[in-house]
Amino acid sequence: MIAILDYGSGNLRSAQRAFELAAKNVVVTRDAKICSEASALIVPGVGAFAACMEQLIEVGGAEIIADRASKARPIFGICVGMQVLFESSNEKKDTQGLGFLRGKVSELNAPVLPHMGWNNVAAAPSSKLFKGVEAESFYFVHSYAAKEPVSESVNTMTNYGEDFLAAVEKDFIVATQFHPEKSGAAGAKLISNWVKTL
Amino acid sequence: MTLAKRIIPCLDVAGGRVVKGVNFKELRDAGDPVELAKRYDLEGADELTFLDISASVEERETTLEIVRQTAEQVFIPLTVGGGIRSVENVNELLRAGADKVSINTAAIARPNLINEISDRFGNQVLVLSVDARRADTKSGFEVTTHGGRESAGLDALVWVEDAILRGVGEILLNSMDADGTKNGFDIEMLSAVRKISSVPVIASGGAGKISDFAEALSAGADAVLAASVFHFGEIRISEVKNDLIKRGFPIRT
Repeated sequence: MIAILDYGSGNLRSAQRAFELAAKNVVVTRDAKICSEASALIVPGVGAFAACMEQLIEVGGAEIIADRASKARPIFGICVGMQVLFESSNEKKDTQGLGFLRGKVSELNAPVLPHMGWNNVAAAPSSKLFKGVEAESFYFVHSYAAKEPVSESVNTMTNYGEDFLAAVEKDFIVATQFHPEKSGAAGAKLISNWVKTL
Repeated sequence: MTLAKRIIPCLDVAGGRVVKGVNFKELRDAGDPVELAKRYDLEGADELTFLDISASVEERETTLEIVRQTAEQVFIPLTVGGGIRSVENVNELLRAGADKVSINTAAIARPNLINEISDRFGNQVLVLSVDARRADTKSGFEVTTHGGRESAGLDALVWVEDAILRGVGEILLNSMDADGTKNGFDIEMLSAVRKISSVPVIASGGAGKISDFAEALSAGADAVLAASVFHFGEIRISEVKNDLIKRGFPIRT
């Protein structure tokens, strides 16, 4: 079973439908027991970093993620759900993240923001996540990002105004700045690659 | 690494059907929204926009159901607009499967609605739809309401700047002069808005032939939106994309 962490606003149904293409049992929940026992946990996220962190903490999501991390059990962060896995962000105000990935999140240096739409992503050569979709476009909607590669990880970078981290694979953590659930066939393939590793 | 220019078919929905008129009048039936959405996805649409032009509350419920059904089957971003008056309306649409919402009239009546929506869901979720036409204002363009029938008494450029400061993540710029004419996008207005906008701009209104799309992108549009030329099969999305690729625009294939 795959659990999608429900910690407030956002369109969780789309994520659920997209992951259901690759996995049998996908639930949207904030139940600590279900999230802990699931074979994998998806951390979605839309909106501002600080608001997301606040919501995460309020519904016990931060503890759920920490618990899984302590057991090295699979976690997939999407968009702001990726960002909260880092140490901090300065969106609107300096806010602490969960700190499972070294680095901080900051605003992209680009004339037009948000970075909105399909951007091509050249996968890191050793990536398992991008197998079969090594040079495809994925759908991004964000103004902030992590810009430094994470140490001891497979880092897939892309560029909008400047280089930033499109995806990271580190031990039990996989995270994408883009939305695989909104990235058509390429996104479906990427999701299915990840589900196969579980 | 390049961000692709987006081609967005717009589905005007009323009473559970896609409809399209000329200058917002003379509505014609253009098909089943869910089927059209699936077709456009297969043809390479980069996003879809649903515009709910229903008059009654019952019809709105139908639209929510259409959004649900589409989100079940189509895995590209879906923007829904029309009749949004509150944060709760936005929440309902997002929960039904919309990824973004567009607002228009209600934001003109009460600009603070923009702040409320973006504070709750982030500015990336919010598209400001601006129905603008040429007029004797400072910039030469004014905002209209009621599908272009009435003046809002607002300069279009002043409104766009204000809305961006309040927190919209994208501008959908509809030319009321060009809408339905098939004479091409209003390039002058598009250039003017592009110059002052720090967020992406979607060009809308007037698409009639394939080369119109390249013109809008050359004028700085980040995306182009069209309705009837796609619905009635006059132009295929793939034809537009092939033309743009030949001209060297970054396009998702």
